[in-house]
Amino acid sequence: MQFGVFTVGDVTVDPTTGREPTEHERIKAMVAIALKAEEVGLDVFAAGEHHNPPFVPSSPTTMLGHIAARTERLLLSTATTLITTNDPVKIAEDYAMLQHLSDGRVDLMMGRGNTGPVYPWFGKDIRAGIPLAIENYDLLHRLWREDVVDWKGKYRTPLQSFTSTPRPLDGVPPFVWHGSIRSPEIAEQAAYYGDGFFANHIFWPKEHTQRMVELYRQRYAHYGHGTADQAIVGLGGQVFMRRNSQDAVREFRPYFDNAPVYGHGPSLEEFTRETPLTVGSPQQVIDRTLGFREYVGDYQRQLFLMDHAGLPLKTVLEQLDLLGEEVVPVLRKEFAALRPAHVPEAPTHASMVAAAGGAKDSTVHAVDDVTGKAPEVTR
Amino acid sequence: MTHRTLAVVSAGLSQPSSTRLLADQLAAATRDELVRRGSEVELHVVDLREYAHDVVNNMLTGFPPTALREAIDAVTGADGIIAVTPIFSASYNGLFKSFFDVLDAESLVDRPVLIGATGGTARHSLALEHAVRPMFAYLRSVVVPTAVFAAPEDWADGTADGALRARILRGAGELADQIERRPPASGPADPFALTTDFLQMLGGGPDAPVS
Repeated sequence: MQFGVFTVGDVTVDPTTGREPTEHERIKAMVAIALKAEEVGLDVFAAGEHHNPPFVPSSPTTMLGHIAARTERLLLSTATTLITTNDPVKIAEDYAMLQHLSDGRVDLMMGRGNTGPVYPWFGKDIRAGIPLAIENYDLLHRLWREDVVDWKGKYRTPLQSFTSTPRPLDGVPPFVWHGSIRSPEIAEQAAYYGDGFFANHIFWPKEHTQRMVELYRQRYAHYGHGTADQAIVGLGGQVFMRRNSQDAVREFRPYFDNAPVYGHGPSLEEFTRETPLTVGSPQQVIDRTLGFREYVGDYQRQLFLMDHAGLPLKTVLEQLDLLGEEVVPVLRKEFAALRPAHVPEAPTHASMVAAAGGAKDSTVHAVDDVTGKAPEVTR
Repeated sequence: MTHRTLAVVSAGLSQPSSTRLLADQLAAATRDELVRRGSEVELHVVDLREYAHDVVNNMLTGFPPTALREAIDAVTGADGIIAVTPIFSASYNGLFKSFFDVLDAESLVDRPVLIGATGGTARHSLALEHAVRPMFAYLRSVVVPTAVFAAPEDWADGTADGALRARILRGAGELADQIERRPPASGPADPFALTTDFLQMLGGGPDAPVS
């Protein structure tokens, strides 16, 4: 099982000091968090993509490329890549490039984004959110698998004899997850392609996650990718830990009370009861996290949100120490002991290359203008 | 014997509340009428005062806490709804509106509704027609023609045989008529039900706006 962190990259005032980090500080803090994730033995770092204040990560592949150069082992991912407002052609190119630079340490999570005004900034309409996610991803899927694409759809200009470069590393596209909170259409989309499904699983009741994962597993089997319990499931989670649980509650409460999204609403106690948020000792986090399996089944990836709501970098790094040293080793062991042999691990570049019968160079060479020889369609 | 459920939503803020009193009388009259016609009736009373914080939390977080979710399910899954609010500043009170604001916009389509209101003077009575009825029209519910307003003088007249009593019985009869025309409710809609399959979605579907 893979463990990691995901971040939205919000610039938020620290409510205990009144200080708001600069964009520069926040961007550097995100990088520091990624490096720390590798240092403490986590597997995945996933960054959000946003195009409006108070968020900084508008350019995910720039950031992930930089992190790739400074890490050895860490898998780089997104949370989420906006499949609605980004041009699928640019996603295909950017992430194939990142895949080469990171030697295959990359996968992506597709999401729609839910901020209405962002859509028109990119020439799109939020009312078409689901159809955009469907059409754009279908094109992206082809661009990574067919060397030459002729394509026509509703939401972008047609493509004629288009080759997205670079071709995926070793001829194997990055693995894709589809993220959603409560849109059954997205669970259906993930199931159709045999891709992973990631339930956000923070800020919302566990019943949402349970129902969505159940639907995804059932449809994954329906489309013939394997049995329902072999579907590839990821979950979010939100924790704040101190050795003594009372200290965790005391320290986290001002951040909770003033947080974007849920602040000034329910109490910490209500939100802990109604959502998967856990504030307490490492042992409490271990117990709660192991409990997720009871309502989603054996799953492949667990990402934690550790750094929002104005928590200072120093605190976040301490949290990552606790996560990496005390929580994840226990979770790894416990989850592995519970998982039946026929349930797979999350696909990685290495496992997908092996499944494809080994690496093959997928370079597409330019058309020879003397002979007119065109690249072959390898579909 | 047909099983019917009636949800009673009362937005009265004081305790005891004249709004709740009117709601109870409308509920009892409707239940009696349905029973007289051969149904068995289950009543769910949702006193919004108890859910005031939950309703605000729902607005801020996007999901109802467990207790509110159960109340919402009782309302959206009922055969008929009795909705009663005090009139504040020429309209329903904020709590009443907020509760209906957090429901799924499609959740009360074609649902029979009897509306009622209370106020400090009979001069508020048309707020039922210019505020409460249009809100349910937006939700595409079926609001029965009689809306029942109770002013202080109505309570003074007594409830056994006064004009208020006659209006309550008429409204209850109309609500029972509308409920009887429909098959028993199958409970709240499942928001996670998949209503399409992937190839249909990939085809775009007729309703997809083109940006």
